[in-house]
Amino acid sequence: MIAKLAAQKRRVEIVGHGALRNAGRVARSDVVLSTAGLKGVTLYEPTEIVMSARAGTPVYEIESLLAARGQMLAFEPIDLGPATGAPGGALSIGGVFSTNFSGSRRILAGSARDNLLGVRAVNGRGELFKSGGRVMKNVTGLDIARGLTGSWGTLAVMTEVTFKVAPLPQTMLTLAYTGLPDDLAIEALTTTMATPLEVSGAVHLPKGSAARLRQAKLKGIDQSVTLLRLETFSAAIEGRKEKLKAALKVYGKPIELDAEETWSLWSEFRTLSVMPFSTETSLWRISTLPTKAAEIVFAIEKFMDATAFYDWGGGLIWLEVPAAADAGAADVRRAVSVRGGHATLIRAQPEVRASVDVFEPLKPEIERLTRGVKSAFDPDGLLNRGRMYANL
Amino acid sequence: MPHIELPEPDAGVIRRRPVLIEDLKARVGADLLILDEDGRRAYETDAFTAYRNVPMLVVLPRTTEDVSKILKFCHENDVKVIPRGAGTSLCGGALPTEDAIVLCVSKMNRVIEVDYVNRFARVEAGITNLEITSRVAPKGFFYAPDPSSQLACTIAGNLAMNSGGAHCLKYGVTTHNVLGVKMVLIDGTIVDIGGTSLERNGYDLLSLMIGSEGQLGVVTEATVKILPSAEGARPLMIGFRSPEAAGSCVAAIIAAGIIPVAIEYMDRAAIEVCEAFAGAGYPLDVEALLIVEVEGSENEIGVLLGRIAEIAAAHDPKTVVMSSGPEQSARIWAGRKAAFGAIGRISDYLCMDGTIPLAQLPHALTRISQICAEHDLKVANIFHAGDGNLHPLILYDANDDSQADRAEAAGEAILKLCVELGGCLTGEHGVGIEKRELMASQFSATDLAVQMRIKTVFDPTWRLNPAKVFPLAATETMRSGRAASTPEAA
Repeated sequence: MIAKLAAQKRRVEIVGHGALRNAGRVARSDVVLSTAGLKGVTLYEPTEIVMSARAGTPVYEIESLLAARGQMLAFEPIDLGPATGAPGGALSIGGVFSTNFSGSRRILAGSARDNLLGVRAVNGRGELFKSGGRVMKNVTGLDIARGLTGSWGTLAVMTEVTFKVAPLPQTMLTLAYTGLPDDLAIEALTTTMATPLEVSGAVHLPKGSAARLRQAKLKGIDQSVTLLRLETFSAAIEGRKEKLKAALKVYGKPIELDAEETWSLWSEFRTLSVMPFSTETSLWRISTLPTKAAEIVFAIEKFMDATAFYDWGGGLIWLEVPAAADAGAADVRRAVSVRGGHATLIRAQPEVRASVDVFEPLKPEIERLTRGVKSAFDPDGLLNRGRMYANL
Repeated sequence: MPHIELPEPDAGVIRRRPVLIEDLKARVGADLLILDEDGRRAYETDAFTAYRNVPMLVVLPRTTEDVSKILKFCHENDVKVIPRGAGTSLCGGALPTEDAIVLCVSKMNRVIEVDYVNRFARVEAGITNLEITSRVAPKGFFYAPDPSSQLACTIAGNLAMNSGGAHCLKYGVTTHNVLGVKMVLIDGTIVDIGGTSLERNGYDLLSLMIGSEGQLGVVTEATVKILPSAEGARPLMIGFRSPEAAGSCVAAIIAAGIIPVAIEYMDRAAIEVCEAFAGAGYPLDVEALLIVEVEGSENEIGVLLGRIAEIAAAHDPKTVVMSSGPEQSARIWAGRKAAFGAIGRISDYLCMDGTIPLAQLPHALTRISQICAEHDLKVANIFHAGDGNLHPLILYDANDDSQADRAEAAGEAILKLCVELGGCLTGEHGVGIEKRELMASQFSATDLAVQMRIKTVFDPTWRLNPAKVFPLAATETMRSGRAASTPEAA
């Protein structure tokens, strides 16, 4: 179908079930192409921890299939739908890899990109190609499969993806430290990440975002909350908990959440319910070094009201700011760029996302390579034109 | 041997050698150059030693700026460049041609910065893999990928080949452990790809670069993740009566939700040779041996190894030996790690490197035995069972041309078998010249064109490590033309 559209030089917008409809820039297109019909798991080998699925397969279907065999997607895909005013539960597996938005367990299990093994895709020339495979090591030739992750459908339409899956942990628990200011909390997170205890979630919610937690034990706590998740086999968890508490003794005495409470609590982050949809606010996603994170938020707060949620041991900031003509882009980007990192605008009105850079602007030499890569896949600029950058 | 075709050296470039040398001296100084024939001969091959060509000259830059000047020189003078780390490639990835310059980054081997709080190390690309771990080990950290050649191989080479190691079942390969690189393009432009934070901005150019076998640019610095070391680790040895039993035991371990840090498989031939060499305490009356290692606290290790032994019991094992402590663990691993050296003492061998889905292991081993028997050769098999990476070692006598030819033919048949069974041509050694022509058995012309177009974006005139990775005939237009041309999907 794309070959036909390519021959007619028609610009194509690629959509799945609509979870990403309100994120990124709006593509300029003549035709909308939906992968929603490309459904179904085509390979699942639990003993080889590998699965293949057509791109339009909903993530919840994949996760329930995996759960039935005691397995999961270790990278905890994030569903941006609810936070951006799009439907919840509409995330497709193709959308997961094309955005590479990974959840809290990334610090232990890697990102979506890290867990991708192979793809089948169609580029802007209408050519169907494959890259990678179904075994863990897939280095033969250039790693085109991982190269497509995070390209938001601007290089190729993925039709089928093959990825690594993981066993569900036997048990889990959460330690919640309360009342820590951002800088001390980040210190607790980085201290944790330097231990060999394999903590699978390390997040900090300042008072503002902590107030939005729904989990019963933490609801209405009215102070900041710093959360550490342990997931392992039953015989190991108590030992690890005690070691973690000992390593973090100076940060106070934590509230403990059992396996069930832990499950419900961390599910909240999968849909970003602490950053709920509102037309009154915009949402940024900032990648930086943990040691710079609190400083960046502090710098931005000088210019505007901001509500932060730190994930990945401090390496990722979700930041809600008041809606404005530029969504605060100038101040946010300045605060980030002097400290290292990059910022992506996730939620804003369409006209705002059309007028400011949604993705961090590229350095000239990287932009040159980016244009080269785009034109190697899609020389006529037909796929998701303008979805990432206004002029690409 | 040798059978692998290499393009005719460009006589015009070789004629211009004296002028080119003067030009390069003026740009980077004479002390970075190796000009005498003996000196250059040290760079005529890598660990794929059947093929040798003395390069036109060798240059050993000390800084990124040196590399930039050298590449700009090559670009302006239309000279081919062979990037090189330690020259440990097993597939001819660093093989020069007589009309090429070898650019070896081995003198760039400093640690630039270690950040224990944010958990990364920034290093120059010529540092050895093991040196990174040695530097951060006193603080309880390590760099995860651990290829067998880690004492010698450089991070530059690891990036080029996306190297793995015995522990990648848990920790992944190079591409999972690198945050960013500084790279020089063929026109001398210095680019920073990725950075120090987990997430990258824009297209994932780093993914395209890692594993590209020196096709896209020359990496001069890398920022790698460093991880806190486990409290302890201990292996368990399980001997089986058949490969099938070993294969189904691996499947059962994973199905039980246990992901060990390593699962190594050895067949009878490999066990015998390694035991004779290293005295590791391997059982000699079994058809297949698994070494399964787990990590954690002493208590956790005990529990996990106990569970694994329980699972193994259902697969009719002949022997189950749990390592009692560091000494025995070291001995068990010494045997496995010495495998290539041990086999090298009794025979010449071709070390193949393919991947297969685990379920295909018994069938693959049967077929490999058949293939080698058909070629009248012996084979020993080592397999990273956790990640599907198979290393059949085909034994032959290098002084016997007929045997050498048969070994190459058997190797080719084995790699094609891997692809047929749903695997890949290479797990961790790369394509180089060795498997270049076999690429067409794994990839369609379109698949290859998609890859080659990326090469053209970074290196429009195909001066960087040309005549490797892609089938020779498919790249001829790009390599011969001075002007950039776009690969077509046949």
